[in-house]
Amino acid sequence: MTVAANGVLPRPSRRRPPVTWGNPLTYGLALAVAAVSIAPVVYVIVGGFRTTPQIVADPAGLPDPWVFDNYARVLTQSDFWGQAFNSAVIALGTTLGVVVLGVCAAFVLARYTFRGREALYTFFTLGLLFPAGAAILPLYLMLRDLNLINSYYAVMLPQIAFALPLTIVILRPFLAAIPRELEDAAAIDGTGRLGFLWLIVLPLSRPALVTVGILAFVASWNAFLLPLLVLGDVSLHTLPLGVQNFSSQYTSDTAGILAFTSLAMLPALLFFTFAEKQIVGGLQGAVKG
Amino acid sequence: MTATNPTLNPAGGASAPPAGVRPARRRTSSRAAERRRKWYEIIGLTTPAVIVYVMFVLVPMGFAVYYSLFRWRGVGPPTEFVGFDNYVLAFEDPIFLDALRNNAIIVVGSLLIQGPVALAVALLLNRRFRGRTLFRLLVFVPYVLAEVTVGIMWKLILTDGGTLDALMRSLGLGGMVQAWLADLDVVIWTLLFVLTWKYVGFAIILLLAGLSNVPHELTEAASIDGASWWQIQRHITLPLLGPTIRIWMFLSMIGSLQVFDVIWVTSVPAVRSLGASATMATYMVDNGFFARLWGYGNAVAVILFVISFVAALLFQRFFLRRDIEGAITTRRVK
Repeated sequence: MTVAANGVLPRPSRRRPPVTWGNPLTYGLALAVAAVSIAPVVYVIVGGFRTTPQIVADPAGLPDPWVFDNYARVLTQSDFWGQAFNSAVIALGTTLGVVVLGVCAAFVLARYTFRGREALYTFFTLGLLFPAGAAILPLYLMLRDLNLINSYYAVMLPQIAFALPLTIVILRPFLAAIPRELEDAAAIDGTGRLGFLWLIVLPLSRPALVTVGILAFVASWNAFLLPLLVLGDVSLHTLPLGVQNFSSQYTSDTAGILAFTSLAMLPALLFFTFAEKQIVGGLQGAVKG
Repeated sequence: MTATNPTLNPAGGASAPPAGVRPARRRTSSRAAERRRKWYEIIGLTTPAVIVYVMFVLVPMGFAVYYSLFRWRGVGPPTEFVGFDNYVLAFEDPIFLDALRNNAIIVVGSLLIQGPVALAVALLLNRRFRGRTLFRLLVFVPYVLAEVTVGIMWKLILTDGGTLDALMRSLGLGGMVQAWLADLDVVIWTLLFVLTWKYVGFAIILLLAGLSNVPHELTEAASIDGASWWQIQRHITLPLLGPTIRIWMFLSMIGSLQVFDVIWVTSVPAVRSLGASATMATYMVDNGFFARLWGYGNAVAVILFVISFVAALLFQRFFLRRDIEGAITTRRVK
């Protein structure tokens, strides 16, 4: 990358330099990077407005004329809504479970002094080294023996379990940083430690909770391997499974696949646009350790 | 979780400790009761997390080791004990060795390509200019998309006679068109490209987060002293970014070793079954779940696990110790 050394250097005279227009080179490079990132996505969305014959005749062309039939077809005739519902239930359940279990465990690890505390923390962080992918076969067998196959729980419980280590690693320092004085003040007012958790810690740590919640939600919403194995029942399929099935069932309906794929990625894109700050902020916290 | 004192007003929570409420201070009869209560709380609050974590993270890996010692089709309890035969079989299967090689290509390729690219983009997007937020948002898009969506998208673009081919022909590059997903020698590089496109955004997010932790005063002081933009990046920003880069390398490596979704969706099953586009994880699912060779599949799972675990420990031992000290290691080593 070549960037001119002048131009955007912060002015020495001010504490925080004002936001200025960058030089053309900066914009040129930024535009190029952004184009590479979203060109395929735009292609898929626009392609959904063409017909399959149009696409076959000229794979790289623009819609002419624009047709809305593909999107209408996916929204009315496919299992799109059912799958979106399943994805939402599983992702919300996972998020709730991760946040509740994670905050309880992290609270104990952050605010109680007891023998074995560090051992317990290490025990949880060990999970960061356990790849979810490697455990998938025995996990399937265990869920089968527990009669949980083909239920929301079969996806939610393992997802909660595998999200816990990172959640605890992110939450613990955050909860530990809440000033001791607040806890003492609460104690003087007659509030026990649980009251302190409920009345003071939870409201204060909302940014961190939102962060771990979003991370868990996105991971669950996008998950493929676990649902693929444990959700054989088509009526329980999540969106990723639905997209994959649609594309392998209607291989000749390219326009339909493009439309289905666009609609499936829309929620993630919208969600990310609104939660970008939290996701970045959360990762920032994770980087700091 | 319930408040111990019902008279407290939950709305008074956030910034100030609730004032004005003065209930009789609850006195425990003795210190022993107090201690017991503390332990009840500790156990009550951690047990649910411990149970879920042990049951769904640790126990399955234990079972994998057990199952891997049997030849077993997954029906009834495993009975045909074969010792380490499954492991020997795996390392004698050229397809599995191909999968191992492909994983190695993806691990190394991801680090070598994504690292520099992400660093360059992060430095670019860390400059203050109008519209920066929008550019950041656009660059993160591939990372947020579901792996399946990405896989299907690229499959449509890269398929024979698909969009990319048409585009290249119209640009006069028809001679360079390949069977991107079908040529046994090309497919792994195509997949490496797709993976790079998908995951470089994650590296960028992490590096930008790291960059925002670099104190503004430092770069400012340097620029007052006459340092150029390049000198500032080279001598101040990069060294301070070290921990972030190492954490990203760690996460990227572990992710590359168990990569499944994008490979599974993008690559053609026939090509995968020949090993050209298989990874350890796709090989494991193909053999264990779909071919119902459960004992064998579990052996592959254990191999995958051991490789990831050893790689993680080695990496942690040599690179990460300073960065996540206390997170994974127990004691602060100073």
